[in-house]
Amino acid sequence: MKYVDDFRDGEIARRLAAAIAREVEPGRRYAFMEFCGGHTHAISRYGVTDLLPPAVRMIHGPGCPVCVLPIGRIDQAIQLALDEGVTVCSYGDTLRVPASEGLSMLRARARGADIRMIYSAADALALAQREPERQVVFFAIGFETTTPPTALVIRQAAKLGLKNFSVLCCHVLTPPAITAILDSPEVRDLGIVPLDGFIGPAHVSTVIGTRPYAGFAAEYRKPVVIAGFEPLDVMQAIRMLVRQVNEGRAEVENEFTRAVTAEGNLKAQALMAEVLELRSEFEWRGLGVLPNSALKIREGFAAFDAEARFGLRYRPVPDHKSCDCGAILRGVKQPLDCKLFGTVCTPETPMGSCMVSSEGACAAHYTYGRFRDIPVTVA
Amino acid sequence: MCLAIPTRVIALLPDGQAVVELGGVRKTISVELVDGLAVGDYVIVHVGYALTRLDPEEAEQTLALMREAGIDTAGVAG
Amino acid sequence: MKKTYIRALDLRHGSVDLSHGGGGRAMVQLIGEVFGRAFDNEWLRRGDDGAVLPAPAPGERLVMATDAHVVSPLFFPGGDIGCLCVHGTINDVAVMGARPLYLAASFILEEGFPLAELARIVASMAAAAKAAGVPVVTGDTKVVEKGKGDGIFITTTGIGALPAGRELSGANARPGDTVIVSGSLGEHGMAIMARRENLAFESEIRSDTAALHGLIGAALAAVPQTRVLRDPTRGGLAATLNEIAQQSGVGIVLDEAAIPVDPQVAAACEFLGLDPLNIANEGKLVAICPAAAADALVAALRAHPLGARAARIGEVIADEHRFVQMKTAFGGRRMVDWLAGEQLPRIC
Repeated sequence: MKYVDDFRDGEIARRLAAAIAREVEPGRRYAFMEFCGGHTHAISRYGVTDLLPPAVRMIHGPGCPVCVLPIGRIDQAIQLALDEGVTVCSYGDTLRVPASEGLSMLRARARGADIRMIYSAADALALAQREPERQVVFFAIGFETTTPPTALVIRQAAKLGLKNFSVLCCHVLTPPAITAILDSPEVRDLGIVPLDGFIGPAHVSTVIGTRPYAGFAAEYRKPVVIAGFEPLDVMQAIRMLVRQVNEGRAEVENEFTRAVTAEGNLKAQALMAEVLELRSEFEWRGLGVLPNSALKIREGFAAFDAEARFGLRYRPVPDHKSCDCGAILRGVKQPLDCKLFGTVCTPETPMGSCMVSSEGACAAHYTYGRFRDIPVTVA
Repeated sequence: MCLAIPTRVIALLPDGQAVVELGGVRKTISVELVDGLAVGDYVIVHVGYALTRLDPEEAEQTLALMREAGIDTAGVAG
Repeated sequence: MKKTYIRALDLRHGSVDLSHGGGGRAMVQLIGEVFGRAFDNEWLRRGDDGAVLPAPAPGERLVMATDAHVVSPLFFPGGDIGCLCVHGTINDVAVMGARPLYLAASFILEEGFPLAELARIVASMAAAAKAAGVPVVTGDTKVVEKGKGDGIFITTTGIGALPAGRELSGANARPGDTVIVSGSLGEHGMAIMARRENLAFESEIRSDTAALHGLIGAALAAVPQTRVLRDPTRGGLAATLNEIAQQSGVGIVLDEAAIPVDPQVAAACEFLGLDPLNIANEGKLVAICPAAAADALVAALRAHPLGARAARIGEVIADEHRFVQMKTAFGGRRMVDWLAGEQLPRIC
């Protein structure tokens, strides 16, 4: 597969590993946060940690939209299906997230809710077009990568004059989340989370470009390297971060030059701005209520706003007392630190979203890495 | 939500659609978010939509840098 | 005199109705015109409630296996629910080391199910059974009201003869053994995914559904000391190896670069965010044998048309935690775990 296999090459991986090991300064420790859930997954799935010197530690960040989706929002989707008899279309990852009353969207199906998994926003729109008597709601989640398609289908629905299609818009933004981490007491004041730099998200950046990250580098003096999605990209980015730290630089660098430019996808940005606007505040699971961090549908497209159409109210729901998802999302704790990990909380019985989404730090560690917690001798 | 794959455009269709290909597998997706595409171009596809073009020259350069692990870092962006 | 007083079933436009399960003339007609005609053998021709079968040879024991099939869609590239049933049960018997001898098939039909599809499925079953040399000797048919069944459910049961002295079991793997797979992975599951409503692909990946008793016979003739044989169906290679690790109380270490996956299947998995190791196979074997015999086993598999891409993919190790690990092609290590619940395509 072109542009895929090349970036997974084991031989180059060995060379990059050696290069990183060479460049790491003796006695110095490095801690980098990979913001994006896709990177967390790549690191686990390919075993990238094995190729890094012990001095380099990766901290898993909150860039997994399923992980930061609050229970209250899933409750809204379930409410729409169960109480309003709406057909709710959702991306697959979200279906198993535990919500209130022991329900998840998948479990709500067993109670008669018509909740369907779709691969693309276009599928939801097509369903509404095909069946005008059916009330369809698209449960739109995701960072900036996934937002342009939502904006597109809303605009298309408007053009078509559809009366039976609306969107429950839970799109969130990357820069405010990075800010929240950098501003958190554990990072800023207490030094509990020693953060030397960020690996910036791959595909979010194709949309927003590299410019939005300049502020972090400048104001917080943290280097940011935008990395592609494949494991070699991640390793190259780590090498670039190590170098920046060694040289005392705090810049935004772009490893993913084959897909990311400084300004990003202007057409997609214009489209998002046309259909969506900032919410003054939005609750993020694990990060609390953040200002100007999420999007809602503009007045002009209110006819397609499920919250307006169905008069939905948002009710915050706290996490399980012992669930450490919040701390894990902020990089303060690791999966093993959570009392529930691997005992009460497993991929089959997830207590929090870090375990449900395969990109969540806990699920990734459980599925790909828990064998490391127990020493096993390989012959 | 980052799962996205690099694919080659093998046909352009009406209504902002295109057929893309990766490793022999073909799919019809939307190209409404990327202007001026031609058959043979590479695009990154996410949840059924092309998000951006993939630049073959930059890809080659990045690979070259990785292969010769020891040379200076890639482009600095602002 | 008129030859018959029954109008033949309209196999082109007719559909199943409740009378076909009622035990009366309509049911007899369905059985005769559809099942009897397709399977046609000495047992079914007798028309008795049960099939009288010869005793096994002295020293041989019986192996029995059963499977229910609820696959949707019913027809997919490379096969259909009919041949899938026949192959699946033959394989379950054969991986125990037994020679598959007879099959039973019971059908639950939903009212309204098109007779044309039923005929097509049954013809496919009959062809598969004939090609494999394993007849369907008895069966049953029931009809449920519309809405109470997904078109058609089929349960097949198989019986085979196990030669004296042969003991294949998932509990037999020992540290030092070699893990071998008979060919490339993920084809059946991806062929199904490609047809499912939500995910539309346009390139044809064909199910690998096949009867494996010939391949198994060749393998066991070459390496009688083979310890474990299993077909990695639902849950894929990952599930099968984890089962074996649990049963045998061992660990397994795989070499990702050695695991054969067709490039198109790999690409389809990329599109959907799936892992080929978790995808169902219906015409592949996992074999575990002592290391000294591994070369001979791979050679025997490769010599057979269904094992052309057989490969060693890993080894068994001592591990009280019974983990299945993998050295990734990239160079790092990770676990190969059971899938949690139903396979949901990753978006991220």
